[in-house]
Amino acid sequence: MLAPRALILRGPGTNCDEETAHAFERAGGHTKRVHVQALAQSPSLLDDFQIFCIPGGFSYGDDIASGRILALELTQRLGDALHRFHDRGGLILGICNGFQVLLQTGLLLPDWDTGQRSVTLAQNTSGRFVDCWVHLQAKPGNCVFLQGLDHFELPVAHAEGRFTTSDEASLEKLEAGGQFVLQYAQTGDGQQTNPNGSIRNIAGMCDTTGRIFGLMPHPERFIEATQHPAWSGRLDPQADGAGLTFFRNALRVIGKDVG
Amino acid sequence: MLWEVDVHLRQNDAATQEIIAAANDLGLKIHTLHTATAWLIEGDMSLTEVQKLGACLFTDPVTEVCRVARVGDKELITKPPGSSEANNLILHVLPKPGVTDPAAESAKEAMSLLGIRATAVRSVKKYWLPADCITPKQAEETAWKLLASEAIHEVVIGALELTKLSGGDAWKLHRKQVPLNGLSDSDLEELSRRQCLALTANELHAVRDHFNTLDRDPFEIELETIAQTWSEHCCHKTLGSPIDHSGPDGDFCYDNLLKETVFASTEVIRKQLGEEDWCVSVFRDNSGVVRFDGDHDICVKVETHNHPSAIEPYGGAATGLGGVIRDVLGTGHGAKPLANLDVFCVAPLETPPATIPPGIIPPKRLLHGVVGGVRDYGNRMGIPTIAGAVAFHPGYLGNPLVFCGTVGLMPRDSANGRVEPGDLVITAGGRTGRDGIHGATFSSIELSSESESKSGGSVQIGHAIHEKTLTDFVLAASEENLFNAITDCGAGGLSSAVGEMGAELGANVDLEKVPLKYDGLSATEAWISEAQERMVLAVAPSQWPRLSEIAQQEGVEATPIGTFTGSGQLVLRWNGELVGELNCHFLHEGRPRQRLQSLFKPPQNTPPRWSLENTTFQTVLLELLQSEDIASKEWIIRQYDHEVQGKSVLKPLLGPMGGPADATVIRGVLGRPRGILIGIGLRHHLGPIQPYEMAVGGIVEAIANCVASGADPEQIALLDNFCWGDCRRPESLGTLVEACRGCYEAAVALRAPFVSGKDSLNNVFTWKDDAGITQEQSIPPTLLATAIGQINDVSLCVSSDFKKSSNRIAVIGVSKTELGGSQLSVIRRVTGGDVPKVNFEECQKVFRSIHRLNQQRLLASCHDLSDGGLGVALAEMAIGGGLGATVDLAKIPLHDLTEIMKHDDLMSLLRVAFTESTGRFLIEVHEDDTTAVESTLGNIPWSWIGHVTNDNVLTICCGKGSIVSQTSVPTLANAWRKQSNSQTSGTN
Repeated sequence: MLAPRALILRGPGTNCDEETAHAFERAGGHTKRVHVQALAQSPSLLDDFQIFCIPGGFSYGDDIASGRILALELTQRLGDALHRFHDRGGLILGICNGFQVLLQTGLLLPDWDTGQRSVTLAQNTSGRFVDCWVHLQAKPGNCVFLQGLDHFELPVAHAEGRFTTSDEASLEKLEAGGQFVLQYAQTGDGQQTNPNGSIRNIAGMCDTTGRIFGLMPHPERFIEATQHPAWSGRLDPQADGAGLTFFRNALRVIGKDVG
Repeated sequence: MLWEVDVHLRQNDAATQEIIAAANDLGLKIHTLHTATAWLIEGDMSLTEVQKLGACLFTDPVTEVCRVARVGDKELITKPPGSSEANNLILHVLPKPGVTDPAAESAKEAMSLLGIRATAVRSVKKYWLPADCITPKQAEETAWKLLASEAIHEVVIGALELTKLSGGDAWKLHRKQVPLNGLSDSDLEELSRRQCLALTANELHAVRDHFNTLDRDPFEIELETIAQTWSEHCCHKTLGSPIDHSGPDGDFCYDNLLKETVFASTEVIRKQLGEEDWCVSVFRDNSGVVRFDGDHDICVKVETHNHPSAIEPYGGAATGLGGVIRDVLGTGHGAKPLANLDVFCVAPLETPPATIPPGIIPPKRLLHGVVGGVRDYGNRMGIPTIAGAVAFHPGYLGNPLVFCGTVGLMPRDSANGRVEPGDLVITAGGRTGRDGIHGATFSSIELSSESESKSGGSVQIGHAIHEKTLTDFVLAASEENLFNAITDCGAGGLSSAVGEMGAELGANVDLEKVPLKYDGLSATEAWISEAQERMVLAVAPSQWPRLSEIAQQEGVEATPIGTFTGSGQLVLRWNGELVGELNCHFLHEGRPRQRLQSLFKPPQNTPPRWSLENTTFQTVLLELLQSEDIASKEWIIRQYDHEVQGKSVLKPLLGPMGGPADATVIRGVLGRPRGILIGIGLRHHLGPIQPYEMAVGGIVEAIANCVASGADPEQIALLDNFCWGDCRRPESLGTLVEACRGCYEAAVALRAPFVSGKDSLNNVFTWKDDAGITQEQSIPPTLLATAIGQINDVSLCVSSDFKKSSNRIAVIGVSKTELGGSQLSVIRRVTGGDVPKVNFEECQKVFRSIHRLNQQRLLASCHDLSDGGLGVALAEMAIGGGLGATVDLAKIPLHDLTEIMKHDDLMSLLRVAFTESTGRFLIEVHEDDTTAVESTLGNIPWSWIGHVTNDNVLTICCGKGSIVSQTSVPTLANAWRKQSNSQTSGTN
């Protein structure tokens, strides 16, 4: 059986591509980092991959708005290719800036065709970039990336991660569709974490197939214990971090299909 | 056609609320404010097309609405959508023409995705203020205080009346000669001042004599090149001078101060190390290089960007960081940046506004600005900012210090670049504009109250994504070995970069080929502009096609502008016509050296005077925890992405409750165990008292940080950054010489070689007071020491937070009464007293013992004692772990046995608890490891002093059963976090 392959998209300002590739590889996958220009020139490059990942960073400087320009580039130049990729069973993962991009491409939303987007990731309530660790609660449903995960910790690092809506009804629809699969949760001593003021503590969402998933926290930054802020003297330094499960899950699902 | 797209938020954001609060602080009672981002778009396009841009590119349908019209259209200045306020005063803040506008550049590129082409784009911030609360004059004043920076912005009240954005016609060749013959010394100095050359009369004599041998006057471009090359910024003018020094330890003559102190220590250590020498390239390249693992070397550089940051904090700090990142990128055959550090020295944040001289940005606004600059640049670059400090002293009011550093990783043995004759001169990265002209010479002269308006051209604005793509390009090209040498275009621009690379060979440069942001730059401007995000590469002609291909793939502009020749002449042409020619030998070796006089008289040592009425031990402890130097910097740390690249091992805030780290640690390579540690030492309060001990203390502190976290004390590299006042004065120079002596002694004794460094002198601010008398203020002499440590296996790293109740606590190292310059003396406004003196031999024994304990995995936690001594260190360990402790001060090993503590003598308790004697550590040890620790420590001075408790209370005793203070850990934590929690507002 071939090891599953993940395409890690990079472009001007992408900056989590190497550690995201490392996470997939540590989980047993093969990866290739591909520049968005190269992919736009030959979309058929996607044919060799089963996973398409948009990693974190500041694509195009997050100028105008975070993820805006890369999202525009994907919809204008790679929209059809990505739909075909998804239709043939490919997995799509957007982390942090990748989530901001995914949301603006419409790939995560059922009303993709209407062109009317009702949810967004807005500036954090604090108005500031924040790097901190949060507690998370998974409600995996059919989301392939979150299978077997329950309560865990990951770091966040962003200035625009506040999930919000202009329209409560469409939020209900997404909720009813089981798309809000990841939420900020309480710490051990009962403090609610929510680093950006997201509505309903939403930290990540998937599409209705469970095969497209975007989240603000960084699973690739917690694949081993030594990345945790309190590991020293408390955790086995050789242990895996919760984030590794995301990548293992993705590879396992694809592995089954490939096998 | 000039269009405007206004993007309005449906709801005000935090930034708007902060502006309202800040305006109210200034006494301006505005109750509402509406803001919008406007995009000015020039191009041949229809309204429908601009509307499409508005909807598809500029606006988020959930949170924003947009309005589109021609610039100047009334609709754009009517009341904002959703607002009821009809009577508005409208304010625009826009970048001055020529100032880098990264968002506008990105927007322009993105428009082409929608098939719409613009000739120029500019971004504008728009503000609607209630006209009944504010006059236009007040609005403009407020704008300059809160929203705009004179150096880079324009403020327009009312409607914009622009008709076009693009401007400037191509420069027409004319050569300007600058006659030097017949000018008196004062004429020459005036010429230097007028043209911002920062050359002395003596230096101009040498220039004149040189050109007299050529039988002509220098061209302006030649004079500028010499000024850049000979600037303090580029060539250690003062530190490299011959100096006659007179000090308390005797008289010394130096032929070259830097070579005979800082550099010499490294030579001594390398000789001692012999075969085991782990230094690779020191004080030569853009950064210092040392061995790391079998496959890699690491390199490191720390720079200052003080003057630009004083004038434009956000842009100054951002480009300071951008510059040092390029230093690392431009080392050897290119290194990958792994981590950044930043250190700021500013005046106390609550400095009363009435005491701030004109032309000075208040410290709070300044600090928020520089933090914002580092945040936005470092985060966008995807380089974690993992270490830093903020130090406070009133002497930094007019001259704040901004240090930025970068650590990089490079393939082993790739440190030496070598330019070959025939290599092409390639510029890569951003285009050249008028930004940053005279930065190198500007940084070498004093700041004054008029600098902000006079030196605006010296301030650069960063474009981090250009630097990120440039980095991706350089590293890809390096992997394929496509260039022979590389350097960054920093201070002095192309003149310095090409000049340095061609120092031996010489070069021919065609200046009209330099890609420009806009027309109109003269040959001289293109040559000396310090526009950011540019590198110069020496490339063999056979490699150029492949290099060019990679540049295209990565979206980076790379352009051949000339050739390195071998003629030994630097030849500058504009469309084939000669505009300047300089002999490289004269340029690099022709600067006359001047013998300087230096004098140091230590201040009279007086016994400290204390006022301790109405206070308690607990009050002092809490005051120390909330004092500015010691207090948590969490509000800064969390704005930096300190985990990107995934290599983080020990972060700046550690443990379940986020206590302060000693060193911060990253892996060198993902998936591999070897780690890099960064420690920082800064004893700025000692500077004005004992510069020698300031230097030594800072170095020991930086190393101790690393050792506490697990570094091998036998492989620690040091960096020096000297920031001083006016060193033309013998008394100022004297303190500098003393600090250099300290650097030598400490480095040699602790076998920690200096590998790189930088100095920033002339940190003096002048202004006219109310009576019209010129006043000046110098910074306190400040040496920043940075230590780069290594650890074989990061799983052995130890954090400083308490781990488990019943674990035992010991103090290692001896405590003396050394309160001179201590934090206790700062908060109690005490002068006098002994400053900490380091006993190197003891200090080294302690470092080695800590390392042995670490290697045997006997340390549950470890913290070095620095600011606030043992008392503060204990509190920090408790805060991080969320656990209490009980310790007995009477058990601490003291140097002076006559110092007998009594539990009812507050002064003696404070002396012992808060003295800042160097080379001490607190360790936490599991009960079962007691014997092993005791036998490892042997006969160095140390003692068990208590144990960790689970009652969440820090209990300090003196002698059995006599409690000095009991404080709950949350109370300690609240005091430590108080200032950080209050830094929510501030504009950048």
